[in-house]
Amino acid sequence: MSTPFGDPDASDLVCARCDRPLEMLKVEASYLGQTFPVELPACPSCGFVYVSEEIAAGRMLKVEQALEDK
Amino acid sequence: MDGDKVKAWEALCIEEQPPACAAACPLRVDARAMAEKMAAGDFVAAMAVYARTVPFPAILAHICEHPCEAVCRRAEAGGAVRIGALERALVEEAYPSIRRAAQRARKPKTVAVVGAGLAGLTAAFDLVMKGHAVTVFEADAQPLDRLNRDYRPAALPPSAIAADVGALMKLGVDIRCRQRIGGDAPLSLDALIAGHDAVLMASGPGPAAAFAGTLRLNATGRIEVDRETLTTSHPKVFASGLHDGKAAWSAIGSMAGGRRAAGSIDRFLQGASLTASRGGETTGTCLYVNVESHAAMPPVEAADPAAGYGHAEAMAEAARCFPCHCLECVKACAYLAHYKTYPKRAVREIYNNDSIIMGNRKSNRMIDSCALCGLCETLCPNDLAMGEVCLEARRSMVERGHMPASHHDFALRDMAFSRSDEVAFARHQPGHDRSAALFFPGCQLAASAPGQVAAVYRHLTERIGGGVGFMLDCCGAPAHWSGRTALHGEAVDRIRAVWEEFGRPRLVTACSTCLKLFGEFLPDVPTGSLWTELERIGLPDGANRLPLKGPLAIHDPCTARHAAEVQAAVRSIAAALGAEVRELGGAEKTTCCGYGGLVSFAHPEVGNAFVDRRITESDDDYLAYCAMCRDNFARRGKRALHLMDLIFPDADDPAARPDPGFSGRRDNRLRLRRRLLRELWGESMSDPVPPVSLIIADAVRADIERKLLLIDDIAEVIAEAERTGRKLKDRTTGRLTASGRIGTVTTWVEYEAGMDGFVVHRVYGHRMQVEAKP
Repeated sequence: MSTPFGDPDASDLVCARCDRPLEMLKVEASYLGQTFPVELPACPSCGFVYVSEEIAAGRMLKVEQALEDK
Repeated sequence: MDGDKVKAWEALCIEEQPPACAAACPLRVDARAMAEKMAAGDFVAAMAVYARTVPFPAILAHICEHPCEAVCRRAEAGGAVRIGALERALVEEAYPSIRRAAQRARKPKTVAVVGAGLAGLTAAFDLVMKGHAVTVFEADAQPLDRLNRDYRPAALPPSAIAADVGALMKLGVDIRCRQRIGGDAPLSLDALIAGHDAVLMASGPGPAAAFAGTLRLNATGRIEVDRETLTTSHPKVFASGLHDGKAAWSAIGSMAGGRRAAGSIDRFLQGASLTASRGGETTGTCLYVNVESHAAMPPVEAADPAAGYGHAEAMAEAARCFPCHCLECVKACAYLAHYKTYPKRAVREIYNNDSIIMGNRKSNRMIDSCALCGLCETLCPNDLAMGEVCLEARRSMVERGHMPASHHDFALRDMAFSRSDEVAFARHQPGHDRSAALFFPGCQLAASAPGQVAAVYRHLTERIGGGVGFMLDCCGAPAHWSGRTALHGEAVDRIRAVWEEFGRPRLVTACSTCLKLFGEFLPDVPTGSLWTELERIGLPDGANRLPLKGPLAIHDPCTARHAAEVQAAVRSIAAALGAEVRELGGAEKTTCCGYGGLVSFAHPEVGNAFVDRRITESDDDYLAYCAMCRDNFARRGKRALHLMDLIFPDADDPAARPDPGFSGRRDNRLRLRRRLLRELWGESMSDPVPPVSLIIADAVRADIERKLLLIDDIAEVIAEAERTGRKLKDRTTGRLTASGRIGTVTTWVEYEAGMDGFVVHRVYGHRMQVEAKP
């Protein structure tokens, strides 16, 4: 499955609680009852998923709007 | 949406009506489009427009009687556009650019045309363009002989006739001269009928005794013709309209007659109805044109009248064409202008969007971008209200579950907050157990100027006897505007319940929207405006006069467009307080501030366009009497006062007061409730302690507003992250990033701990949910 949101630069981020750098992980995105797998930086230990502003206001917003107009 | 209602709406918009020139032209030449292209200097494109309708441009440009000029609306402003002269200049310059190609039929039908006059040759042209094989039989030595006889070469050069006839023959029309039909075979009418799929008699209006054996003749010995379909008594034979000998000859009339006959023949050859959806010979038009908005301008005189217009002269004369359009609403509306549309097209688009079962509803945002302000209806010659159309579409979207959540969520959440126990309350006046009046300030004045709400309430209680109750609540406008009928009904029902419980007092509201909606949805509840009330009971004694630096331009809210009493009261109060008030085009034509219809939430760009148009109308400071209008003007950089600032001045320069923003609005409502309950009703109220203290730079705060996020939510996210440790840390900058799901939005905050609180650097949100798979 492709990753609709691309690869943000999260190389400097660490999970404060687990003290581990984020890694690109397969996570689940869902909106309006639709679920699809994407790859996003997340803490490999606790699973905290990071969404950058670039992605939130970019490709994620586009998908949200497309689903809203379905 | 109801299809019949949609059709009725569509029918009200007259923008697609033809301009007067085209309506008066027997061939419907689109002189408006032609003039527009010529005015732009594009004579080739103009020629294409002219030649699309006119079969013989070189001939017609010289001899047309141009009935268009007699009806040209420019006549009312300097003189009719000289369309005939424009056509001649056009043919002079661009005739060689005409490109024509006939359709190709696999098995062409054959048509015989008797008579090579303008009617017969126009029919031949139309039929050959449709792919039929056309043979023209002419008794004279050459086609269009009458033109050669009737016009001097100076008026109609033989070269023009030759060019048009040559072009016709190039399309494949076979013109046979010296072939008089009416004798024995092979030139008998019966032989023509036998040898062709259809025959057109276009031999002129004279008696036709030679055809008596085949066609029924009328009392004057002419071929009997049905005026509408141009059929004769023989099913395969048609005759051009002049055969009844009643109409006077005209070049363009002959062409139109030939075209109508060709239309019948083509329908006949295809086995189609000869009458279905066929227009008449002439049409009227009800296109509205605001002629007064154009300055008078005389026609351009050609330097050499004999030669006609040169290129530059023709361009200048063509530019005198307005062109005729209605577009009265489009010119005034930021919404229609943004979508580059007009109501007839927009209504169709909205209905199509509503009818989609599966697929993308591309017009959702367009439907949600109308301010529902009613200006279009006021300007429209037929009172078409786009707001009604959009509101009906929104209700349909909500009903079917197709309303995009993101468009109105924030506004509805704000409304829910205004109606929550944290904000909403109703009390009788302290020391009273009944209310003669109930003051309903409205949620936005409370959000913008809570101190003035308290001050005016005190004044009302001093001047009105019998007790003045107080009700802080929301009238439900956001629910109404967003098409949430049920939610709006809940808001209305609660207001009615309080009104009943308080002994049915009269309502006094400071908000024009509340006033309008109560009138519509609570018609039996007596409701008045605070401004008419103040005019009646008088202003506070010895009120401080606000020193005014200059005149104020008055802006009426769109919801007070037709509230003449309110408009008058506001002007009278302003005058009494020493303000010199100037009009901005009048109350009836006021525009929306961008809040109406929730446009600024569904489409901020259009919302801002509404405000920006309005604030550039005058350099004077603006005087508003809707808190939302004032704050929107302030947000976009316009100095603006609220009428309350004149009555209860509580700052040196209230016109410079910034927009409180959405977070500030919530805070003001919370504070107003606590302050009033504590000070007037003696209830113990403790101020809530914020979970964390935040330090936010102005630029970041403006960004938060723009993104429709709330400071309270940001504080919650940070507090939660600090409590649980669920946050990210940037190893380079040391900044922290945390997120939290609040309602339907995930809010992300980038921040760092400072000496006096948490410094917020960046905030953003998204609606999609993401989680790591277990």
